[in-house]
Formats: sequence, structure tokens, C-alpha cells
Amino acid sequence: MSNIPADLRYAKSHEWVRVEGDLATVGISDHAQHELTDVVFVELPAKGRQVKAGDACAVVESVKTASDVYSPVSGEVVETNGAVVANPALVNSSPYGEGWFFRVRLSNPDELAALLDAPAYKALVGVA
Amino acid sequence: MLQRTPLFLLHQSLGARLVEFGGWEMPVQYSSIVAEHVAVRRAAGLFDISHMGEIVVNGPGAADFLNHTLTNDIRKLAEGQGQYSLLCNERGGVVDDLYVYRLKADEFLLIVNASRVAADWDWLQIQVDHAPARDGFRLRDASAEFGAVAVQGPVVRQFIDAAIPGGSIGGTLAPQVTGLAKNEVATFVFQGTPVHVARTGYTGEDGFEVVAPASFVGAVWDALMVAGQLMGLRPAGLGARDTLRTEMGYPLYGHELDEDTTPIEAGLAHFVAFDKGEFIGREILLAQKEQGVRKRCVAFKMTDKSAPPRPGCPIWMGAAAAPVGKVVSGTQSPSLGVGIGMGYVPPEFAKPGTAIAIEIRGRRAPAVVVKKPIYQRPS
Repeated sequence: MSNIPADLRYAKSHEWVRVEGDLATVGISDHAQHELTDVVFVELPAKGRQVKAGDACAVVESVKTASDVYSPVSGEVVETNGAVVANPALVNSSPYGEGWFFRVRLSNPDELAALLDAPAYKALVGVA
Repeated sequence: MLQRTPLFLLHQSLGARLVEFGGWEMPVQYSSIVAEHVAVRRAAGLFDISHMGEIVVNGPGAADFLNHTLTNDIRKLAEGQGQYSLLCNERGGVVDDLYVYRLKADEFLLIVNASRVAADWDWLQIQVDHAPARDGFRLRDASAEFGAVAVQGPVVRQFIDAAIPGGSIGGTLAPQVTGLAKNEVATFVFQGTPVHVARTGYTGEDGFEVVAPASFVGAVWDALMVAGQLMGLRPAGLGARDTLRTEMGYPLYGHELDEDTTPIEAGLAHFVAFDKGEFIGREILLAQKEQGVRKRCVAFKMTDKSAPPRPGCPIWMGAAAAPVGKVVSGTQSPSLGVGIGMGYVPPEFAKPGTAIAIEIRGRRAPAVVVKKPIYQRPS
């Protein structure tokens, strides 16, 4: 059963966003990590990179496959999670906590309205 | 429509993730590839290998026919023994790689790749038509009659005799299943039905493969699970099967092997018996062995942290203007925690210790050619 915290916003491509002020933390959902299983490698965008909502800017690899991670929001990447690069299994064990990917300083906070709330994401991934 | 093994419903009930493999709908994993891989290295894993094909060859002329058709020397097989062998075309290219078991003096069981059953059968029929003594033996595609499981891992020997009790009635004489030595095969009576058990596998661990009538393979699975569960036996899927065999440097048809690649190029010369007389592909294979090959299968290990190498990744060497080769198998090694793989390169780059680079998503990551097996069990 997927864990879908109520206080986050979600992209259809299975990233989550936690907004604090003008900063947005991005990671991948519990559903996504469960589908991937056994994450063995994470590649994050460079700090300072300007990303646009929908840009492929990180990669997550399991034993079998590589998947792109898309930024759900636009802005400057101001921080990346070195811990998840060093220990990619954090994506599996703590997708909403220690397994976060990067932080973006929002350039267009209006984009957040286009993301899914928890009930809508729950409906998307088909869990009761 | 994909084919399903006799264990399909069981896989579904276990929550397996199912994928297409060689025309079959097979479990790629039950819980996690890494967890299943580690279970096989440390305890035990149970694999459904019912998708693999079975071809029975029998009759007084069977041994001669197979010795002319396969690369290894069948005369080395006593009743109750098995060997790895290759089926080659006239160009020395590999039609399939397989295991051949001598069940009786004049009866052989070939275990072939699921994706190659039809190709093997067609090729064998052509050889039958050309065989000088075609009345002396008979071929039968028994793939639909049999299912099979592989039970692999260091603790298997502690429970398999409880799952399949009693002594053998054919093949190698053994008072119990663990009486079999590596590569030996015997027939045991399991719940009233004869099943073939061989001490073979595709993981690099001790273990057994059980070939049973299709309707009985579920009972064999259940008995093994009951006997082994408390010792850490768990179902394992094709994902773990692939990472385990890659760590050992074992070839997988369609990756290391195809009809345009020879056993010499693949590093399998050990399974080509040049001293046994004439066999299909001998001339070219011998020329390659004596004069060298243009490509060579090597194993490699990534030297730095990198994304896992994948099949198709270009292999680079020094300042060369173009890639020198291509990855054919690649993954993250669950045992070693680094990317590993196999690929083809010109022979001058095939020496263990050679520094190479693997291009992964446009970026070159350093790697080193290593001896097979890539992973060695701690002794």
C-alpha cells in the first residue's frame, strides 16, 4: 500500500513537492520507489541550474532500469541531497524524508496549482 | 499470446511482477531483485525454469549424432552425468548454448533456452536429414511435457533430501539427492513420479535443477518450499537470475551469444572438443583458436561510482577516435556494490587489468577488464 502524505503536491510523473516559503523540495513518491525497487544510483542536477517545470533533470536507476526524474516546478536548484547520491537506497527506505532529491527556489509559484493534491494522486496510482 | 508455465498462478498469488521473456510470461521478481540475489548467495532461492526447452535424443546412434552436432565431447559423459555444450552452425556461430544430460547409455536430455526451442529444433532436423545413420536415433521435443525448477544456494544441501526423499532409480546411483556430485544427474521417485535431479545451476552457488512432468512441478516447488523456508529459501525471479549469472560471467543467449558469434570469441573454447573428430563448425572454430579472433568477450567492473552499465553501451579505450566495442550484459552487482558487465572488444584489449571506459548516457565512466568470474565467493 502506497504512502501518500496529505501535505505534499504530486506530479503525474510521480515526483512530490514540499513547499516551504519560496523553496520547493522534490523527491519521488513511495509508489514510484516501489515500482522501481532497489534504487542503486541517483544523479542530481548541478546546484545553480535553472530548471523549468517538466525538465528531465535527475536520473534514478534500479538494478534493471534507468528512469528520468522531472522537476515539477521552475526555478533555480539551490540545494541537492548528497546523502542520497552516496546511499541511493534512501530513496526506497525514506522516499519523503532522507531520500529527497533537490530543492528549487520557485520562480513561478503559480505552477503549484497545476500539481495534484494527495487525493488526486491517490486516484492516479489507483490505491484505495 | 505469451506462454505460461505450470507455476503461473502460483507466481501471481505470490505477488510476482511478471514480464515477457523469450515468449513466456515470467516472474522477474517477487519482492526485490537485490533481496532475492542476496538470498541465493547467503541461503537459497527457488526459480521457475519451466520456460526452458527439453529435447530428448535416444537410440544407439544418439551419442554419435550429438557428438557431430554439439561442440563438447559427449563421450566424456558416463550415464548420470551432464555437461555444458554449444550447438553451432557451419560458420561456428552459436545456434544455442545448452546442458546435455546422459540419462541412460543411449538416452540424452538437452535443456535449451526458451527463446531458442524452435530454432534449435529446426537446425537439429536439418542435421538429422544429413546424418549418415539417421535410423539409429530419435529426437523428441519434450518441452511441453516437462516443467523445471532450480533451487540454488549454500544451504540447499541441508534440506533437499527432505524435499525429495529416497535413493535414485536411474542415472548416477545415489542414496539421496545430496549424494550427487556437481554435474551429476539421477532419476528419483517424487510422490510416486520419476523426476530428474541434476547438481547444476546458473548462479555460481551449489544447487540443483529438478525436471519433472509439467503437472508435477507445482508439487516439487511446494515440497522444496516447505523443506527450505525456515533455512531462508525464498522464491527468486529472472531479475536475480540475471544478476547472479552476470556476476559469474556466464553467457546468456541473445546477449553474449548469437548466430554470428562463436564459442571461441565468447571465451568458451573449454567447451569445444577439437580432439573428438569432425563436428559442425569445427574448421572455423579451429582456425579461430589457432589464428585468433577479431572480437573477444570480456568481463569488466566499473572502477568509480557510476550509473550501472547497460547492454548497448559503447566501450572506449584510451584515445581511440571511435568506440572499440559494445556492452552485451550490464547491471549493478548486488554482491560487489559496483557496476559490472560483459562486452566484446578486439583481443588486444581483452587482457585482465586493461583500463577501458564505458559510455553510459553520453558520459564515459572508467572500468577495468577483469577475469571471470567477476564475483568470487568468499572461501
